[in-house]
Amino acid sequence: MSSAAPPANIADGPDTVLREEVRTAGMVWLRELIRFERTRARILSGLVQPVLFLVVLGYGMSGLVGTTAGFDFKKFMFPGIMAMSVVTTAIFSGMSIVWDREFGFLREMLVAPTSRASLALGKTAGGATVAAAQGTIMLILAPLIGVHLTALLVLEIIGLELLMAIALTAFGVFVATHIQKMEGFQVVMQLLLFPMIFLSGALFPLNGLPGWLGVLTHVNPLTYAVAPLRQVVFAAQDMPAAARQRFPASVELFGHTLSIGTEIAIVVVFAGIFIALAIRGFSRME
Amino acid sequence: MASTVSSDARVDVAASPPRPNVIEVRDLTRRFGEFTAVDGISFDVREGEVFAFLGPNGAGKSTTINMLCTLARPTSGHASVAGFDVAARPKAVRRHIGLVFQEPTLDDQLTAQENLRFHAVLYRIPSDEVNERVARVLDLVDLSDRRYDRVSEFSGGMARRLEIARALMHVPGVLFLDEPTIGLDPQTRALMWEDVLRLREEANVTVFLTTHYMDEAEYADRIAIIDHGAIVAIDTPQALKATIGADTVDLQTTDDVAAVAAARRNGYRVEAGADGVRVFVEHGETAVAPLIAAVGVPVLHVHVHQPTLDDVFLHYTGREIRESHAEAMSPRVRAFTRARRR
Ligand SMILES: Nc1ncnc2c1ncn2[C@@H]1O[C@H](COP(=O)(O)OP(=O)(O)OP(=O)(O)O)[C@@H](O)[C@H]1O
Ligand SMILES: [Mg+2]
Repeated sequence: MSSAAPPANIADGPDTVLREEVRTAGMVWLRELIRFERTRARILSGLVQPVLFLVVLGYGMSGLVGTTAGFDFKKFMFPGIMAMSVVTTAIFSGMSIVWDREFGFLREMLVAPTSRASLALGKTAGGATVAAAQGTIMLILAPLIGVHLTALLVLEIIGLELLMAIALTAFGVFVATHIQKMEGFQVVMQLLLFPMIFLSGALFPLNGLPGWLGVLTHVNPLTYAVAPLRQVVFAAQDMPAAARQRFPASVELFGHTLSIGTEIAIVVVFAGIFIALAIRGFSRME
Repeated sequence: MASTVSSDARVDVAASPPRPNVIEVRDLTRRFGEFTAVDGISFDVREGEVFAFLGPNGAGKSTTINMLCTLARPTSGHASVAGFDVAARPKAVRRHIGLVFQEPTLDDQLTAQENLRFHAVLYRIPSDEVNERVARVLDLVDLSDRRYDRVSEFSGGMARRLEIARALMHVPGVLFLDEPTIGLDPQTRALMWEDVLRLREEANVTVFLTTHYMDEAEYADRIAIIDHGAIVAIDTPQALKATIGADTVDLQTTDDVAAVAAARRNGYRVEAGADGVRVFVEHGETAVAPLIAAVGVPVLHVHVHQPTLDDVFLHYTGREIRESHAEAMSPRVRAFTRARRR
């Protein structure tokens, strides 16, 4: 190293700093993608659970609920199952910080002379990309269920999945920054993830739930993320009015039916809050 | 700024002007609740020096490193690294140091190159220099042929060397190594020391390390022995050994009584023991021939003992380092292999 260059000399101009922070976030993002791509087994196992839900629950319920004007329960479930797949992957990715801590790599990141916000944002972006990808893979099941896809619909789905994934990954990052041990991870998955999914309308319509459960569904950020996904999917289907009546897609709040724009805005607000919490959590670690 | 490593500066041990201090520590203290892990330590490390912290388990070595690396805040006292106060300018400090933690911190799903590239970005190495630096540090630790291999396929020793290479990516002024060779075989340890000493020579890097291995501490220019959070001795290995006494030559002769008398007459400092004669001399090895001539009776057996760091350690801490080391070794090696296995 006799010809070693001097230490990376940092001219601390505001745009240099910004460029370097973006570069850092980009690298953290890339790492998530590389790790996702290298664990094909995880991608596959990520497919198994939703497929199981769709097949077992979907077919079982279809038999019970019956078909309304040619529209069955599986089609209702399909967007919800996609959402479930996105959410599970997103929270899992965000919480992989617990693994990073366990295996030491977190220290390499925390000790670096970079802002913690870039690390938190990179991790969130990476996890969200992976989660949206996992959700989008589910689209290969659409023809089996009889869900009709258009190019526009696919784009809408990817966009909504990304938004949902960003919110949930940030949430996962936030939770993970407050967890010291691996056991905590299991607790969070059981106590938070599954109730969130069941109370989001992903797997069955929320109308007709008792009042207190209704309250829970309405404070659940996932409720507002699942609804738009279902709305865009339904909008692209040839769906008679009777079926729309039977399987409502929008969220009812205080007697009003929320518009898709409002629902998306609510998810954006949740995402903003979770990102802020994730950054704060990251900044306070160790 | 003391730490800036100028490319052509070479360590010249005989250089007359005193080198500046790269690490300055004054009354540094760290408490965990009631417990004082580091208890008011003070010391300086000069530029280009290899400085070793030697101490039993729980002595406070890692805690000290963590404070110097700005990962832990001092409860009281001051420390500066590379000219920056660790409490006031943590980011500046981090930019100028390289770190190898006691526990492994690689992502073993990534390849060697990917781990290094990640580090390069974290430390703001200009994009157009990254490739060249990756090649250079891998070459330095003899891992060039494993550049595209995943770390999960590395042996523990290779992974450790990769961590050292990574710590050098951003050409740090100071390199902190917390038990860098724990769990490695002697050959790999020797290889790693070659790397470290080459670095000091070629890039004038200051090295601060902790170790359990006595032979390893011998490589250091200076050693601080730390026990219960306090520095109990600090000096060069030679000086430390000298403080606990001279070399000894143990003789067994056909007539020990006569031998003692003869040696005394010739001006030797002698002790008669149950199983022989102990003579205290300046240099054990060169003293043997004249001594044998001086005792005047046939000599059956000669044993020369020079004080070792083991003796020094025992003297200052009241323990053999091997005792504390043996218990330390297993959990950490387990942690290390567990991480490797992932
Ligand atoms: N976060 C912590 N909370 C409470 N006590 C701690 C913490 N970190 C370290 N200690 C205590 O401080 C003391 C010094 O620990 P440290 O890790 O610095 O020792 P060490 O010299 O590095 O030992 P080893 O050779 O085993 O690595 C130990 O008694 C340890 O239990
Ligand atoms: Mg330690």
